[in-house]
Amino acid sequence: MTTNVLMPALSPTMEHGKLTKWLKSEGDAVKSGDILAEIETDKATMEVEAVDEGTLAKILVPGGAENVAVNTPIAIIAAAGESASAEASTPETAAVQKIAALDAKEGEDPQSDAITAADAPLPPADASGKMEIAPATEVPAGTEMVAMTVREALREAMAEEMRRDDSVFIMGEEVAEYQGAYKITQGLLEEFGERRVVDTPITEHAFAGLGIGAAMAGLRPIVEFMTFNFAMQAMDQIINSAAKTRYMSGGQMSCPIVFRGPNGAAARVAAQHSQDYSAWFSHVPGLKVIAPYTAADAKGLLKSAIRDPNPVIFLENEILYGHTFEVPKLDDFLVPIGKGRIAREGRDVTIVSFSIGMVYALKAAAELEAEGVDAEVIDLRTLRPMDSAIIVESVKKTGRCVTVEEGWPQSGVGAEISARIMEDAFDYLDAPVVRIAGKDVPMPYAANLEKLALPNIGDIVAAAKAVLYR
Amino acid sequence: MANSSTTDAPSVQEEAPHYSQDVPPFTKEEELLAYRKMLLIRRFEEKAGQLYGMGLIGGFCHLYIGQEAIVTGIMMVAQEGDQTITSYRDHGHMLACGMDPSFVMAELTGRRSGQSKGKGGSMHMFSKEKGFFGGHGIVGAQVPLGTGLAFANLYRGQQNICFTYFGDGAANQGQVYESFNMAELWKLPVVYVVENNRYAMGTSVSRSSALTDFSKRGQSFNIPGEQVDGMDVRAVRAAAGRAAAWCRAGNGPMILEMQTYRYRGHSMSDPAKYRSKEEVQKMREEHDPIEQVRARLLANEYASEADLKAIDAEIRAIVSKAVDFASHDPEPDPAELWTDVLQ
Repeated sequence: MTTNVLMPALSPTMEHGKLTKWLKSEGDAVKSGDILAEIETDKATMEVEAVDEGTLAKILVPGGAENVAVNTPIAIIAAAGESASAEASTPETAAVQKIAALDAKEGEDPQSDAITAADAPLPPADASGKMEIAPATEVPAGTEMVAMTVREALREAMAEEMRRDDSVFIMGEEVAEYQGAYKITQGLLEEFGERRVVDTPITEHAFAGLGIGAAMAGLRPIVEFMTFNFAMQAMDQIINSAAKTRYMSGGQMSCPIVFRGPNGAAARVAAQHSQDYSAWFSHVPGLKVIAPYTAADAKGLLKSAIRDPNPVIFLENEILYGHTFEVPKLDDFLVPIGKGRIAREGRDVTIVSFSIGMVYALKAAAELEAEGVDAEVIDLRTLRPMDSAIIVESVKKTGRCVTVEEGWPQSGVGAEISARIMEDAFDYLDAPVVRIAGKDVPMPYAANLEKLALPNIGDIVAAAKAVLYR
Repeated sequence: MANSSTTDAPSVQEEAPHYSQDVPPFTKEEELLAYRKMLLIRRFEEKAGQLYGMGLIGGFCHLYIGQEAIVTGIMMVAQEGDQTITSYRDHGHMLACGMDPSFVMAELTGRRSGQSKGKGGSMHMFSKEKGFFGGHGIVGAQVPLGTGLAFANLYRGQQNICFTYFGDGAANQGQVYESFNMAELWKLPVVYVVENNRYAMGTSVSRSSALTDFSKRGQSFNIPGEQVDGMDVRAVRAAAGRAAAWCRAGNGPMILEMQTYRYRGHSMSDPAKYRSKEEVQKMREEHDPIEQVRARLLANEYASEADLKAIDAEIRAIVSKAVDFASHDPEPDPAELWTDVLQ
């Protein structure tokens, strides 16, 4: 009897990793708990432990291999006295094959062509140029572009602003010594020291309030929430203390603070850790709310947010952290807050989205193109203040609009966009606006249910055709 | 039940207070300063209550009458650049910080020259110039904010401290203890002043607090605390001086529990049925902070009856001017509705 050792997932959103090196060789005896190999992603390095006893019969993936997919068999352990020939019949492998078969079956069903967590991310850097992403208008022609992940872009934005202004500091859980729960703050402690990179206890309510107090005193704190789900603990301070104080003081007080962290669904972490707060925060006067999609926007908008004299909610997305985009190589690249971006020009229908919703929107646009529909895709980038003009101008051209978001439909961002179009472009509409949103349920855990709860490309394509009466 | 007073018997036995005996006397100048400051707060608050009754002040209005010695004594040790932050019972703190009574009163009446241009009201006023950071309406919310002001002092390498005031009610809020933890962990220069006026709205301390000695509330975090007779401005100043010195020396936070009493209801709309008239009367007659100073001024011959009358008249004139200003100042321009949301 042999057992396959599979490439493990280090986090709910990991799909690929590097098999750094083997610590055991073929022929070595192994027992449960032995460390077989080291693997790493851009977030962390971890060890692969043996679960079974026997002999490391065969190494299937050599040390140093990049982009090894999760669940790929990387080695075979044979029980004492056996050979390594029957690797495909092990229970683990059979289970993996079964899941893969389920996926394939669902993929054939037009009613459930939801994108999976595995196909949501963009392909690696070399292929990302194929996505139809119009360059940010803020970039001068001829600017050199460099490939960069959203994670790296966010880190660069913070580091640049911290170099520029001593009053900027970052605080949050695990931002310093741990290097960030999602490695966004990697290296900042080393460069800026513990005065400016501050690990907090797990007390969101008070460290948010503490940051707001420091901002009222004139510092420029960046408060990282490990995820925005935990910002619920701090909601009172964010709304009542940060957003309202300027108004309540007749303009005398200022609160230049950025609250940032991953927002929305990650993968398989269920209801309490999978919530999109876009609509919640964008409801509140006195806040600015940003939700970027590309690395360039993440960088340019985070730098603008840090310099902004108002409280800014900066909603990131865990799944996008590892996505690679072209980022302009400029000394001081700023993207203005409150300006949307035409990500793809088109004539027939306007699709409006933001953050990870752009992944769905752009893929839907590509499918629509194959069917002869020329969709225009708008990336809002900022949710408050919302760039109404870019939406209205587009709808005047297309006469049709579909909104895409992961959040719940009621009182959502799509509802807001829909109302604005009615108020400002009603006479140009040739069809009612259609909202594609997360389903009106808490996020389920089961893989198939989670997939159903999120927006999917098929629904967007169907909505676009419906507003075109096709 | 043997005791048939208006409240239930306490479920938790309150401990006898333990006050420091180290209370240096005031000089003549200090007594006079304290007298003027406390009297200004008392007269201002009495007028505010009156204007509320006349409908000139709306919403919630929480008066500081009875508690004047606390902020007055603490401000006697404050230095240039120190910060003050407190709850919604904030008029006294603003006056003690040196904010103009006319602008404070005009804010109470919701007028354009009010401290917050009429947009904040009784509970939300600020003065960066005077180091007053509000005026916060959510019970306990000012505690993390004040801790953050102290964080900024340390970050900038300044010797300043932040006096963070909150009541016995707020002392049970979770964010207070989250703040205590960080303040001690990072040795932040913050003095937590618990103004224990014995009632969180209508709930007495013994009915709401498992540990009624608030000076011990920092023990889990190693934060030292002291119980103070908050009706005696000299005791307040002495304790504040010790706490400020502790903080300025880089030792981290300190807690001062000021035992005090508010004569009026929680807010203007509170009939205060949860306590007896006799209880209030006893405090007024035996412990009034202003009367204590007045008696000493006369006994020590620092001032004559005539001198004190002259001071009273002077204070009344300041308050009358504020009332006059606040009654005649126009309401905010309607265009102000849309300003000061963002910069």
